[in-house]
Amino acid sequence: MIELSHVSKYFGEKKVIEDISLEIRKGEIFSFIGPSGTGKTTILRLINLLDTPTSGKIFFEGKEPVGDKMRTALRRRMSMVFQKPLPLRGNVFSNVSKGLEFRHVPREEIAARVPEALELVGLAGYEERKASTLSGGELQRVAIARSIITRPEILLLDEPTANLDPISTERAENLIFEIHRRFGVTIILSTHDMVQGQRLADRMAVIIDRTLGQVGTPYEIFYKPQSLHVARMVGVDNVLDGVVMENQEGLAIIDVAGVPIQAVSGYPPSTQVRLYLRPEEIWITSGTDKGSARNLVKGTIKEITPMGSMVRLRIDCGPILTSLITRRSFEDLSIARGQEVYISFKASAIYVTTEGRENPPVKP
Amino acid sequence: MDEIVQGVIQAFELIISLDPEVIDITLRSLYISLTATVIASAIAIPLGGLIHFKQFGGKKVLITIIQTLFALPTVIAGLFVYLLISRAGPLGFLGLLFTPGGMIIGQTVLIIPLMIGMTLIALSGVSMTMQDAIVSLGADQTQTIFTIIKEARYAIMGGIALGFSRAISEVGAAMILGGNIKGYTRILTTAIALETSIGDIPLSIALGIILLLIALIVMSIVYFFQSR
Repeated sequence: MIELSHVSKYFGEKKVIEDISLEIRKGEIFSFIGPSGTGKTTILRLINLLDTPTSGKIFFEGKEPVGDKMRTALRRRMSMVFQKPLPLRGNVFSNVSKGLEFRHVPREEIAARVPEALELVGLAGYEERKASTLSGGELQRVAIARSIITRPEILLLDEPTANLDPISTERAENLIFEIHRRFGVTIILSTHDMVQGQRLADRMAVIIDRTLGQVGTPYEIFYKPQSLHVARMVGVDNVLDGVVMENQEGLAIIDVAGVPIQAVSGYPPSTQVRLYLRPEEIWITSGTDKGSARNLVKGTIKEITPMGSMVRLRIDCGPILTSLITRRSFEDLSIARGQEVYISFKASAIYVTTEGRENPPVKP
Repeated sequence: MDEIVQGVIQAFELIISLDPEVIDITLRSLYISLTATVIASAIAIPLGGLIHFKQFGGKKVLITIIQTLFALPTVIAGLFVYLLISRAGPLGFLGLLFTPGGMIIGQTVLIIPLMIGMTLIALSGVSMTMQDAIVSLGADQTQTIFTIIKEARYAIMGGIALGFSRAISEVGAAMILGGNIKGYTRILTTAIALETSIGDIPLSIALGIILLLIALIVMSIVYFFQSR
């Protein structure tokens, strides 16, 4: 539906985004994730035709919008909710109806559609309230109401929950799903919250250092990062280099700094590989019972970092591995620094790739 | 000291008794300055909008010149219009010198830069973010401009009130162009200047109080708009 082709945007000398190419499909929830200030907002503004790329092109259904008229017409098929919802002067009704007024929708129809939109966002009966008296969460919902009332084909949400408390965030996320389910609208959102990106999106694009790190489903991005950068950003803390020693019907044994690790992979022996393993996939066991996991490795606890309800452990097993366990299991296991433990992880939890490693070219 | 107290007391008597001369001067002042403000608004607000929304070379220089003219001395505005409308000037045939019409032109010229400037400030007070939000909601170019002016309406009204208060309080242009003719071009400020110099202190104070009251009312209106 929307295609970005080598899109770059500079503001004077400042490069904001560089050479981004990707495609957004009709009806999906697509999310741009990345740290703040990496150009996510700029991408959304370019798609909403509020800005023009310095170089590269954006196509909508294969066509590039040219000229004010065509751009306005296309813009009227989309809506954008900005990170900081800025109300216009006046009451909630006049705020929500604005988009319809711009589209020359008759008054009677506007009068009927405003209450509908307000009801959807949970603000039924707010028509006469002054916009300036609303709370942040309410303003955000007014902004969503004024965006969906025009029945857009594409809904752009810039950091939709960045300024909201946890309860409002949950409401907003449910609302996004509800809108998607009810209207089948294509939703494009940006977020710096990896977990939210994963929760909401069908597919996501990781933006690192102004450019595209990876595009894929949340599973692909969180378990099969295509580069070290992406891995670091999406929290794949364990990145290990090794060599395949043997491979039996897709179960490879890989030598990682002297430790044999079993992983699901098709690479033949002596291939130089890189292993990605999420810290949540590593379990600490007190005994030598490896259960269903293929890998059981002995190590020493090096570092303990409490992180809210979770605890991050650095374990020296030869290579140093990171494990993320709940505080409850941390306390149950009564783990201390310098203690010897066994860690286990499944062969299927590891993503094996040759990306970033040197291998002789494969003979045909 | 006694003279001042006496003056104040007599001034209040003049105001409360609705002294015909005081009323006449006040109404003429209001008429001239309000007319000038209306004409200046009709010129300055669209011009300000044009400068704000159009991109052109020398825009910054033009804005700097306009801002400099905020402080245009009233006598210079008066002199400039005098040269235009005096018998030998290009508009001399209209016979506007020493008429209320001439004073209206003078005050209009005086406050136009200020009102263009206030319009520019009002419009740039509508943030780029707001402008983006309006465009994003599907507004075309004309709708965007109208919506932004509507967003800025209170600030623009504040600018109009400010223009009016500069017009009604100035004395230089009114003196040069009107000539302070009793019953014809004598207004609050020129009357105060004259009455003070000939020693009619109570009348001066009465007119001064009225001028201050007008300023107070106007500024209350400005405050009312700006707090909206």
